[in-house]
Amino acid sequence: MTLNRRKFLGTAAATAAALSAPMVRAQGKPRVVVIGGGAGGATCARYLAKDGKGAIDVTLVEPTRKYYTCFFSNLYLGGFRDFESIGHTYGKLAADYGINVVHDWAVGIDRDARTVTLAGGYTLPYDKLVLSPGIDFIEGSVPGWDISAQNEMPHAYKAGSQTQLLKAQVEAMPEGGTFCLVAPPNPFRCPPGPYERVSMVAHVLKAGNPTAKILVLDPKPKFSKMALFQEGWANHYDGMIEWIGPDFGGDKVEVRPDTMEVVVDGEVTKVDVCNVIPAQRAGKIAAIAGITNDKGWAPVEAFGMQSKMDENIHVLGDSSQQGDMPKSGFSANSQAKVAAMAIRGALLGSKVFPAKYSNTCWSLIDTDDGIKVGASYEATEEKIAKVDGFISKTGESADLRKATYEESVGWYAGITADMFG
Amino acid sequence: MYRISLFVAAACFVQAAAARDLGDEKRGAEIFARKCASCHQIGAGAVNRVGPLLNGIFDRKAGQVEGFRYSKDMLRQGADGLVWNFENLDVYLENPKALISRTRMNFRGLKDPRDRADVIAYLRRFSANPQDIPEAAPTAFPQEVELDPEILAIEGDPEYGEYLASECLTCHQRSGDDEGIPAITGWPAEDFVIAMHAYKEKKRPHPVMQMMAGRLSNEEIAALAAYFETLEE
Ligand SMILES: Cc1cc2nc3c(=O)[nH]c(=O)nc-3n(C[C@H](O)[C@H](O)[C@H](O)COP(=O)(O)OP(=O)(O)OC[C@H]3O[C@@H](n4cnc5c(N)ncnc54)[C@H](O)[C@@H]3O)c2cc1C
Repeated sequence: MTLNRRKFLGTAAATAAALSAPMVRAQGKPRVVVIGGGAGGATCARYLAKDGKGAIDVTLVEPTRKYYTCFFSNLYLGGFRDFESIGHTYGKLAADYGINVVHDWAVGIDRDARTVTLAGGYTLPYDKLVLSPGIDFIEGSVPGWDISAQNEMPHAYKAGSQTQLLKAQVEAMPEGGTFCLVAPPNPFRCPPGPYERVSMVAHVLKAGNPTAKILVLDPKPKFSKMALFQEGWANHYDGMIEWIGPDFGGDKVEVRPDTMEVVVDGEVTKVDVCNVIPAQRAGKIAAIAGITNDKGWAPVEAFGMQSKMDENIHVLGDSSQQGDMPKSGFSANSQAKVAAMAIRGALLGSKVFPAKYSNTCWSLIDTDDGIKVGASYEATEEKIAKVDGFISKTGESADLRKATYEESVGWYAGITADMFG
Repeated sequence: MYRISLFVAAACFVQAAAARDLGDEKRGAEIFARKCASCHQIGAGAVNRVGPLLNGIFDRKAGQVEGFRYSKDMLRQGADGLVWNFENLDVYLENPKALISRTRMNFRGLKDPRDRADVIAYLRRFSANPQDIPEAAPTAFPQEVELDPEILAIEGDPEYGEYLASECLTCHQRSGDDEGIPAITGWPAEDFVIAMHAYKEKKRPHPVMQMMAGRLSNEEIAALAAYFETLEE
């Protein structure tokens, strides 16, 4: 294993740590490899390293050097955040927590040998493996669209250059043009995400292109916080947004990226910007590991997010199929902390307390008009089960909505500090 | 020449201060009891709670009360020379975050200038000159909830508290920075316990906190309180 290990260590600090005690370290300590440095993976790596107090060898595998959060990427589209404010690097995780941050793709997992292979050719052994690779798209779920069409019709459902592209396209729309959003079927990451996006695009258009139209094509008869969004759209963007559910063909959509057309139940419409959010499944590496089901998600038990197919693998966040929690950054972060505790318990014999999970998703409809939905959950034999929940109400006062938005700004600062140190 | 102009300036200042309506202490005391006293004590025997004690605040540099853990921003302002005089208190009380952006004082502010003048007049009573501190009991900490003394006496397990706290830290920043979500780092354990039970009994309105507190046992609340009280930044 020690073969050239330091060659692919991410940072100088991590390299120095590995050099000072290479052999003992590699052999003596239990090893955890975390794949994916997002909401689930970064949090889990940080808690393992922090609470393991040096007794666990933690390696985090993440291809990008800067992680752009999907959460608040809609606010960037709406002009409420600048792009750099949603980007985060891994420097502290390496320097302050001693995590080996490896910037590479995991391309293979040998569950018998307990090793992970990286695109760069290296092999990482593990005692416990954590997978938090987010989502991938189901090919063919929107006829006419595949990943090669993402420049003409961006998904912007993994944040970064796709989000920048979509913003540029919205800003370049001709006067009175049409923005179309193709919404995904359940389950998908961030249930209110597409509708917050519609709100943010409407906010931009209202200011600079008020005669433009927004067309939402949705295969679902209902969506998250529907009454709240519809009330907000009527209040702020009256007449701009048309939502087409399955009753009117929202479930029979084909797109033509070459000609910028969408076909709804046989009828062809020309659009100027088309944001296609396809159906989703677990990040590909989960399927490569062979721990996904026929729906493409990785089933886990509820007490420590352990894969139902391999006791040495824990799956977090969007990729996991755990029960009642929505696929959100908040959920992934919550699950990561429970899993980190369970893994420490298994490897170091430390105390394991009862699992507690929670989630809150804030959305912004327009300036200072924030709403939220949330719930708490407990672990049962069958699944992660919802205990209690709440949702913003229609007709709330402007003060309360503003406070809700401000709260979301605080949450963003909190969760990103909890992920990246 | 130099001396004279100084004298003139001082005289003008006295005049300006005298001309200003100093506010109604009595009314200020009532506002203080309603809006401030859940976090701050003032008067003889006052101690630091969620917020610092307020005796002698007039003409004191910001961030100086011994034993209180201030936000970094407050300490910086103090180091830069911010002194609590009428003008600064007035600005701060109108909208604390406008003056000190990451203050831990999670208070939306007193918008009515008269309310502010009255509260400042009340604060002044406990300031400026030592003889002004009356021999009154400190403003009682209003008990938001009737708690069995046994509940307050539970010794929290900080290790359990640390795990439970991981859930709080998704929103409440460990550093104690306050941006739209109040800081809870360094709170006195008793205040923490009372606040959590107030949410649990739905006497405080916030839905997220009602939900979070609602499923915590008395022991779990005590564990969290013990952890956050001692949490180092
Ligand atoms: C527009 C939008 C708005 C959203 N808003 C919110 C919100 O307001 N609140 C909220 O809570 N959630 C929100 N979400 C959802 C949230 O972003 C996700 O649920 C969350 O990021 C899931 O965390 P994760 O760890 O499962 O995956 P991710 O955070 O996506 O992290 C996965 C990481 O794994 C890496 N990876 C993938 N494959 C490999 C591999 N083979 N090898 C190595 N690394 C790999 C990726 O590069 C990525 O960095 C939003 C999502 C979107 C799209």
